[in-house]
Parts: sequence; structure tokens; C-alpha cells
Amino acid sequence: MVDVALHGGAAVTADVAPRAKVLGRLRLNDIFFRNLTRGAAIAVLIILGGVMFSLVAGSWPALSTFGFNFLIEERWNPVTERFGAIGPIYGTIVTSFIAMLIAVPVGLMIAMFLTELCPIKLRRPIGIAIELLAGIPSIIYGIWGLFVFAPFLQQYIQPALIAAFGEIPLLSTLFAGPPYGIGVLTAGLILAIMVLPFITSISRDVFDAVPPLLKESAYGLGCTTWEVMRFVVLPYTRVGVIGGVMLGLGRALGETMAVTFVIGNAHKISGSILAPGTTISATIANEFTEAVGDLYTSALIALGLILFVITFIVLAVARYMLMRIEKRVG
Amino acid sequence: MAPSRTLYTARRSRNLVMVALSIGATLLGLGWLVLILGVLLYEGFNGLSLKVFTEMTPPPGADGGLLNPIVGSLMLTTLAVAIGTPLGMLAGTYMAEYGRNERLTSVVRFINDILLSAPSIVIGLFTYEIMVAPMGHFSGWAGAVALAVIVVPVVVRTTEDMLRLVPDTLREAAASIGLPRSMMITRIAYRAAKAGIVTGVLLAIARISGETAPLLFTALNNQFGSANLNAPISTLPVVIFQFALSPYADWQRLAWTGALIITFAVLALSIGARALSTSGKQS
Repeated sequence: MVDVALHGGAAVTADVAPRAKVLGRLRLNDIFFRNLTRGAAIAVLIILGGVMFSLVAGSWPALSTFGFNFLIEERWNPVTERFGAIGPIYGTIVTSFIAMLIAVPVGLMIAMFLTELCPIKLRRPIGIAIELLAGIPSIIYGIWGLFVFAPFLQQYIQPALIAAFGEIPLLSTLFAGPPYGIGVLTAGLILAIMVLPFITSISRDVFDAVPPLLKESAYGLGCTTWEVMRFVVLPYTRVGVIGGVMLGLGRALGETMAVTFVIGNAHKISGSILAPGTTISATIANEFTEAVGDLYTSALIALGLILFVITFIVLAVARYMLMRIEKRVG
Repeated sequence: MAPSRTLYTARRSRNLVMVALSIGATLLGLGWLVLILGVLLYEGFNGLSLKVFTEMTPPPGADGGLLNPIVGSLMLTTLAVAIGTPLGMLAGTYMAEYGRNERLTSVVRFINDILLSAPSIVIGLFTYEIMVAPMGHFSGWAGAVALAVIVVPVVVRTTEDMLRLVPDTLREAAASIGLPRSMMITRIAYRAAKAGIVTGVLLAIARISGETAPLLFTALNNQFGSANLNAPISTLPVVIFQFALSPYADWQRLAWTGALIITFAVLALSIGARALSTSGKQS
């Protein structure tokens, strides 16, 4: 009857032939719409395939020239066209490691505050404020890091670090050198602020999913808030928390603009985290438009491929973990 | 009694330390937000004037504004949303309505989640390979495509989630009066999920209006007030990047002002999206 209703026809006794025609058209519409949406869903797959394929194709000249050495060679010399990726890979891993070292405990602590300690009225505003940190575009973190944070570190924090650890054997290499302000440590700290909201909001969500009964039984036994967190909430939500951490790690690894501003862009592995370095994404952002020659461009795309493969693995693990906890809760 | 009392004090003091740490962590997080926004407001307002919106980007040392990058950003964002939203909505529709239990859906969802958090610079490289390299020059179109690739996963995700929240009884009611499925989706399900889907699109706009990395080697930049999509075009994030790293004080001041404009546009969009999604839940 839809056909009649749609055309506002009061004539229910209309001819059978036009009705069949209208119904046929509706059926065609249906098939068309179904396939249109299906095509769009497949297009999403094709985009990812396209990203993969274009990166592999673009990096082929560099990968076939340097082979496996590309991954372990430190030299990055556009003039002699010798390229190795280990410098940027090292920088990416170290900055992300510093970021996670700070953001994971702080993020979990904030999530604990929001779920267990915070007055109900403040819960939403504080949660939103922390999430706003995720909304600030990364270029803002970059410009802020360059003009405000790096000079501050250079003047106060870094000299103190150098003085404090200068005498201790291992740490003296880690904190060696003049305080540049910009460098690996600065980039890691900025990344920590940037991934903090991701870790906080996911941990808060999984903490909230713990059955109140479990927590209440623990409180009933006389557990303190910390003991409830440590022995009830955390074990229960472990998989989800790890998923959230991995998601944050994926962000940190791929973050470009903020890092480009503050890392100093030096293709050199240094033992000191106060020294300038570079990351995969910062190298691409800095050099891609100025790259002359196919091999140079291709080497940069190969860096992009490495970054994509690393983040793909990290994000896939994160999704898998989060899916597991969703299944248990749902 | 004595040992258990010390154990109790130890537990209590450990708890106190942890509670203090968690309050400290929260204050630290909020402090960063205030610090960043405070500096941004202070530095941004320094350079804010009507000229910013009416004049082109200046050569170093001269007076000027940010008119061409603002226009360029608006153009690219609009285009990216116009390309990305329909594609994302259709894909999300398939996943929530037709292929709910299909293998294809779970694969697409997984891939979509990966794309959602893929490094945006990689999206830039991809667009360079498929658009800039074949065309032989940087262009506004390439920038729009790069941004659209970022829009799609956001819209797919929210469309699917929101359509899944539409009660099945509504669908059954529609089916019972003989509504064809496509019509049930477009006239019933979309309407019920409208607030959520609009929220998703707003979040996508918020996300792309601050994106810099994918534009660096697609849209590039343009010193002149060009609105030609077939040529390099200047955008606010890229201009901020260039000006902030320049040695000229007046360029740096403009970079701060641009940063202020972007941040407040993005924060307004995300707060608006949040307000929309909560008002949708209540009704």
C-alpha cells in the first residue's frame, strides 16, 4: 500500500498495472540503495588498500636500492643519496616511550579520580575539560611547545637535570649536553600531554564498566579506595586499559606537527635525551616538499610505510584488546 | 593489637598518598589546558584586529592579515566534508542496516578503526601518490581529497553507532506498513539518528580544520590570494606552520593569531557537537 500512500492517492481501487509498475520501481530503488551502500563500505576497504599499495609502490625504488640496510643504516645524506631509517625510527620510539612513561600513570590516576573520588557534580565538567586537550589541534601544541615550553625547559628544567645527574654514570649520558630547549625530551613531554586525554577517557570508560557489586563487596570488606583500584578495578579492566594505552601509543607514534616544531630535526642518534633528534613523521614533514630526485622522495615514502606498518600493528592490537573487553561487558 | 594497627596505618597512609597523587594528576591535566589556552589567548589577542580577516598574508616586515588562508581553509574543509560525508554515511548505513551480521561488516569496521587513528601524514603521502604525482603539481583538490580521507572514517563510525541505537521496533513498524527497506532507512532510521550523525560530521570538521600534516604536500601553500583549486592554495594550519618557524616577529604574531582562530573554531565545534549529542539523548 506504500505506493498508494506515497502518491497521496485516495484511489485504492487503482489499476493493477500502474501499481505493479510503481512497486517494481520501489524494488529497483531498494536494490540500488543496497548496492550503493555496499559499494561505499567496500570503498572504505579500498582506501586502506590504496594507502598500503601507494606506499609500497612509492617506496619501492628506495627499498630495492638499499634493501634491508635501509632499516639499520644511520646515514641520511641527500647529497650522496645514501639513506638509512634507523635515526628517525629510534627518535619515534624514544619520544613515544617518554610520552607513555608519563601519560600512562597520570592518565590512569586521573581516571581513578574521575570514577572513584570526584564529586558527581564535577565529574562531567572535569571529564570534558580533559577531553578538550584532545581537541586542540596538534599544530597548536607545536607552536606552544616551541615558544613557551622549550624556553622554559631550557632555562629551568634542563640545567637542573644536567646538574643532578651529571655525576651518576649511566644517567649522565642520558642527560648529557648543553640545554638546547628543543630535543627528544621536549618532544616526548609534549606528546605525553597530547595522548593523556586518550588514555584518560578510555580508562575512565572501562573503569565505569566494572560492576558496582564487585567494588562494593571490596569496600564492604574494608578495602581502601586505592586497594579497590589496585586489586579489583585494575585486574578486571586490564585488557581494556592496555587497549587504551595502545591507542594512545598509536597517536604518539604518528604525531607529526607538534613533534616537528620541537625536536630539532637532527638525523643523528644521540645517547642524550636532551639532544635534538628526529622522528619518522617529522622527517617527512620537513623534507618531503624539498626532496629533489626520485630516490630521496622514495626514501621518505619508505619512512612513511615503516610508520604505517608500526602504527597498524599497534592499533590492531589495541582494537583487539578493546573488542575483548567489550564482549565481556556486553 | 599492635601489629595490626601498624598495618592499618600503613594501608591508610598508602591510600592517602595515592588519593593525593590522583588529585595531583587531575590538577596537572587541567593546569596544562589552562596554560595552553591562556598563552594562546594572550599571544593571539595581541595580533587580533579586523585586518586579520580582511587582508592577505604579508611579505615579511609588512602589515597584513590572514584572509587568503582563512578562505582556503574554509574551501578545503567544505569540499572535504562534501566528499567524505556521503561516502561515510552510506558505508555506515550498510554496516548498521544491511550487513549487520556479515563478515564484510566486521572487516570494514576493523579497517575503519585503523583508518580513524592512522597517522595523518601517511594520508598526506597517499594523496600525494594518487593525486599530486600524476597531476604533476600541488593543488587544492589534492588537499581536499586528503582531508576527505580523514573525514570518512569518523562519519562511518558515528553513522553506524547511531543507526544501531535506533530501536528495531521502529524498523518493524515501518516494515509492517509495507515500507521498502531503502525507504525505511532514509525516512525513518536516518531521522531517528539525525542528531548523532550531525554530531559525527561536526566532530569530523573539528578534526580536519586543524590538520596540517596532510596538507603540507598536497595543497602546499600560496603566497598570493589564489582561490583556484587547481593550483596550490594556502590554508590556515600550513600558514601557521610556516610563519611560526620564520624568524620574523610580525609573521610569528600572525601565526599566534591564526592559532587562536583555529583553536576556538575547533573547540566551539566540539563543544557544539557534544551539546547536540546530549540534547539528542534526553529527548
